[in-house]
Amino acid sequence: MTSVAVPLRSRRGTLAAAVAFARRHVLTVYSLLFFAYLMLPIGVVIAFSFNDPKGRFNYTWQGFTWKNWEQWNAIPDLQSAIQLSLLIALIASIVATLLGTLVALALVRYGFRGRAATNLLVFLPLSTPEIVLGASLLTLFLNLTSVLPIGFWTILIAHIMFCISFAVVTVKARLIGFDRHLEEAAMDLGANELTTFTKVTLPLIAPAILAALLLCFAISIDDFVVTYFNAGNRVTFPIFVWGAARVATPPQINVIGTAIFVVAVTLMLANVVFQNRRAKQA
Amino acid sequence: MAPATAEYDIRLIGLTKRFDDVVAVDGISLDIDRGHFFALLGPSGCGKTTTLRMIGGFEEPTEGRIELGGVDVAPLPPYKRDVNTVFQSYALFPHLSIFENVAFGLRRRGVKAGEVRRRVVESLDLVGLAGLEKRKPRQLSGGQQQRIALARALVNRPRVLLLDEPLGALDLKLRKEMQLELKRIQHEVGITFVHVTHDQEEAMTMADRIVIMNGGHIEQLGTPSELYERPRTAFVAGFLGASNLLEATVSGDDRVTLAEGSVVQLPHGMLAGRTGTVQIGVRPEKLRIGEGDTNSLSGIVTESAYIGVSTQYIVDTPAGPVTVYVQNDRTGGQVAAGERLTLSWSPESTFVVDAQEGTL
Amino acid sequence: MRVFHRKRWLTPYLLLAPGMLWLALFFLVPLGFLFYQSLESGNIDFGYAFTWAWGNYSSAIRSYRGQFERSFEYAGIATVVAFLVSYPVAYWIAFRGGRWKNLLLLFIVAPFFVTYLIRTLAWETILSDNGFVVRILHDIGVLSPGGRLLATGTAVVAGITYNFLPFMALPLYVSLEQIDQRLIEAAEDLYASRWAAFIRVTFPLSLPGVVAGTLLTFIPAAGDFINAELLGSPTNHMIGNVIESKYKELLDYPAAASMSFILMAIILAMILLYARAVGTEQLTG
Ligand SMILES: Nc1ncnc2c1ncn2[C@@H]1O[C@H](COP(=O)(O)OP(=O)(O)OP(=O)(O)O)[C@@H](O)[C@H]1O
Ligand SMILES: [Mg+2]
Repeated sequence: MTSVAVPLRSRRGTLAAAVAFARRHVLTVYSLLFFAYLMLPIGVVIAFSFNDPKGRFNYTWQGFTWKNWEQWNAIPDLQSAIQLSLLIALIASIVATLLGTLVALALVRYGFRGRAATNLLVFLPLSTPEIVLGASLLTLFLNLTSVLPIGFWTILIAHIMFCISFAVVTVKARLIGFDRHLEEAAMDLGANELTTFTKVTLPLIAPAILAALLLCFAISIDDFVVTYFNAGNRVTFPIFVWGAARVATPPQINVIGTAIFVVAVTLMLANVVFQNRRAKQA
Repeated sequence: MAPATAEYDIRLIGLTKRFDDVVAVDGISLDIDRGHFFALLGPSGCGKTTTLRMIGGFEEPTEGRIELGGVDVAPLPPYKRDVNTVFQSYALFPHLSIFENVAFGLRRRGVKAGEVRRRVVESLDLVGLAGLEKRKPRQLSGGQQQRIALARALVNRPRVLLLDEPLGALDLKLRKEMQLELKRIQHEVGITFVHVTHDQEEAMTMADRIVIMNGGHIEQLGTPSELYERPRTAFVAGFLGASNLLEATVSGDDRVTLAEGSVVQLPHGMLAGRTGTVQIGVRPEKLRIGEGDTNSLSGIVTESAYIGVSTQYIVDTPAGPVTVYVQNDRTGGQVAAGERLTLSWSPESTFVVDAQEGTL
Repeated sequence: MRVFHRKRWLTPYLLLAPGMLWLALFFLVPLGFLFYQSLESGNIDFGYAFTWAWGNYSSAIRSYRGQFERSFEYAGIATVVAFLVSYPVAYWIAFRGGRWKNLLLLFIVAPFFVTYLIRTLAWETILSDNGFVVRILHDIGVLSPGGRLLATGTAVVAGITYNFLPFMALPLYVSLEQIDQRLIEAAEDLYASRWAAFIRVTFPLSLPGVVAGTLLTFIPAAGDFINAELLGSPTNHMIGNVIESKYKELLDYPAAASMSFILMAIILAMILLYARAVGTEQLTG
C-alpha cells in the first residue's frame, strides 16, 4: 500500500520521480546486502557441516562429504550434551512462561502496592550482564553444595531465573494491547473470574504465551555464559562447543548447529505462513 | 410524577465515585422505573460512563447504594447482577463465533443446549441478523457488530440493559436507523434500558425519561418535553437545544422586569417563590416577529442567516442579544440586517432558571 | 477490571508470588552473596574470610582499568555501529515490507537460531588469515601484506556487533512499525521535505525503539567475553574475560566478585543517566 502511495505523491516531474525511485532502490539494495551479511556466517556453518577436514579443526574447506550427517553422533558426549540442553530448555521454558504469565497478569490487570518495585525486579535481570548473573548464582550455589550439588538442578534454576523476565515482557505487551472490556463483557454475561480467564483471557493471550515459550526455549538452549558458571561437570551443547573449540572442532558441531537452525526456521516459517493465511481470511 | 407504589428497577442513593482526587460522580440519587427507556445525557467527562459502570459492577462506588429491584447490589460482582451491558467498543469476543458470542451468557448459566440454540436464533432474529451464526466478529460491519452486542446482552433477558454510547461508532445514517431500531426492540422486550449518550437529539428521539448530568451531579430529570419546555437550570436550557437567557428582577406575582425596564409575564407558579435576580429564558422558535403576544422586546437585527427551513436572526435588544428562528413557510418577508424589529412571545413559552448557575 | 471484593486484594500478590519469589531467591539473594564475597580476603588454599576488604574494589580498578575501558569502548562502538547498520533496514521492513514483513523479520532473527558459540566460530573461519575476506582486503590494499583480521580489536568489535544485531534491529522495527503513516503524510502536507519529515517526525517517534535497542545491545556487549576469547588476542581482552578467568581458573572469588559489581554499577549508572535523558517510561514500559 505504502509502496504505491509514496511515488504517486512525489511525482512532480519525471526527474523527481526518477530520483525518488533511485532513493528507494538504494534502501532496498542496502537492505539486501544487510541480509547477505546476516546470512553469511550461517551459510558458513551449513557449508562446513559438509566439509571433510583433514585435521582436528574444521576451519578450511577440504572437500564435500555426507559423512558428518550420517555419523552425527559419532563424537563421544555430543549426544548426551544435546539431550541435556533440550531437557533443560523444555522444563525451563515451561516453568518460566507459567511464572512470567502470572506476573504479567498481576502487573497489567490489578492495581496493587509495590507495582513499581515489581517492575524494577523484572527489569533488573534484563539489564544485568550474563556474566554477573552467572557469577552471583555460582556464589550462592557454592554455599549450598551440601543440599544442592552443582549440576542439573542448578542449571535449571538459573535458566528459569533469566527466562522469567523475558516471559513477563512478552506476555505483558500482549495484555496491554488487549481490550479490557472483553473481560468485563464476560463477567457481565455471568462468567466468574476463573471462567473469564479460561474462556476469554487465556485464548486471547495464547499467542503471546506461545511466543514466550518459544523465546524462553531459544534463549535457554542457546545459553552459554550462565550455564558455564553453574553447570559443574554437566555438559550442555554450548558448553560442549566451548570445550571443543579449544582442542578440536568436529564438523558434527556444524551438523547439530545446522539442524537446530533448520528446525527453528521451519517452525517460524510455518508460523508466518499460517498467520498470513489467517490475515487473508479476515 | 411516579406514584409512590411505582416499581423501581434501579435506585441509586447518594452514589459517589472518586478516583484519587477526581470526583467523577458526586452523590447522585435516582430512581429508574421498570420498563422505561432511560437516557443519561451530559457533556464529555460528566460521569455518565462511571455511573453506568457502577451499576454494571465494573467499578466499586466510593459511597452510596445501588439497588436493583429493591436489593443492594453494591457488594456483588458483575456476574451476580441481573443487568447486562452493551459496550461502546462492543467487546465481542474475537476468538468466538457469533453464535458462541451470543450463547456465552446462557452457557454460563447452564442453559440446556437445545434451549441455547433456540434463544440465540430468536435473539439474532430480533436484531435482524439471523444466519450469521458461523461468522467471526471481525467478519461483520460496525453496524452488524453493534447489533450482535445487543443480541448478546438481550438473550439473557436481564432486568436492566445498560448501553454506553452504543451508537457512537456508527455513521449518521446508520445511527438514525439504529435509534429507531433500539426503540422498537425495547418496546418488544419491555426491559428497562439505560442509555448513555452525549447526543441530545439521540436522547430526545429515544428516551421516555432523560437525566441530564453535569460535573458529576444531576441537573434535571424529566420527560424530553418537560426538559425542553421547562429547563430548571441555565445548563439544561443551553444543553438541550438553544435558549435566550435574559437577566431579570422579580417584580410581582408571576412577573419580572428586564434590565431595560420592560415587564415580562410568566406562567402561573413559575417563580416558585424566587425573589431578587433570576434568569428567564425563551426558545428562539417561540419568538414571533411583530406585536401580538403578551411579552415583547424590540431591537435591531445584527445578523440574519437563511438556513432553508427557517431563517435565523440575531437581534440586539437592550436586554441583550436575542436569537430568533422564523419558519420560512411563506416566500418573501425576509428582514435585512440593520432594520428595527419588535419580538413578542407568550407567557407560556417563558421559563425561569436560577441565575449564575453553570452558564454556558 | 477492578477488584470488586474487599477480600480479593490478595489476588495480585498470589499471582506475583511464585515468579517474584524465584527472582528474589535466585537473582537478588545471589547478588547479596556476591557482594559479601567481594569484601572477603584470603586465598584459595587457606580459604577466604569476610574482612570488609574494600581494597578489592580499588585494586580491581587499578589492575584492570584497561580491560574495563576496553569493554565499554568495544560495547559502545558495537552499539553505535549496530544502530547505524540496522536502522535503515528496520525502516525498510517497516515501511516497504508490505506483506513480506514477517518473513523479513524471520531473516533478522535467524542468527539467533544458530548457537551463539557456533556463529562466533563461523566468524573465526570467515576472518581467518586464509579466508576470503582477508584475501580481498589484501588484494585491494586495505590490509598490508602481513596484516590480519583475526586476533585484532576490529574482529572482536565486528563479532560483538554481529552477535547482538537482532537485539538492536527488532525493537527498532517494532517502534517504526507502530508509527501511523498519516503522521508522516501530515508532516509532508505541512511542507516538511522527506528528510525533514524523517528528522522531525519519524525519528522522534522511533525513539522508544532506539532506547530499547541500544540498551539491549550495550548491556550484554559490555559483559561479553566470548568474542574477545574466540576472535581476539589477550591484548583485546575485556573485563568479562578477566572475571571469567578469575572465577573459573584462578578461583580468586573476591576479585571476580568485586569486578562484577563494578561492571554492574557502571552499567546501572549509565542506564540511569540514559533514563534521565530519555524518560523512564520508555525503559520499564
Ligand atoms: N479510571 C479512572 N481513573 C481516574 N479518573 C477517571 C477514571 N475514569 C473516569 N475518570 C474521570 O472521571 C470523570 C468522569 O468520567 P466518565 O468516563 O464517567 O465521563 P463520561 O461522562 O462518560 O464522558 P464521555 O462522554 O467523554 O464518555 C472524568 O473526569 C474522568 O477523567
Ligand atoms: Mg463515557
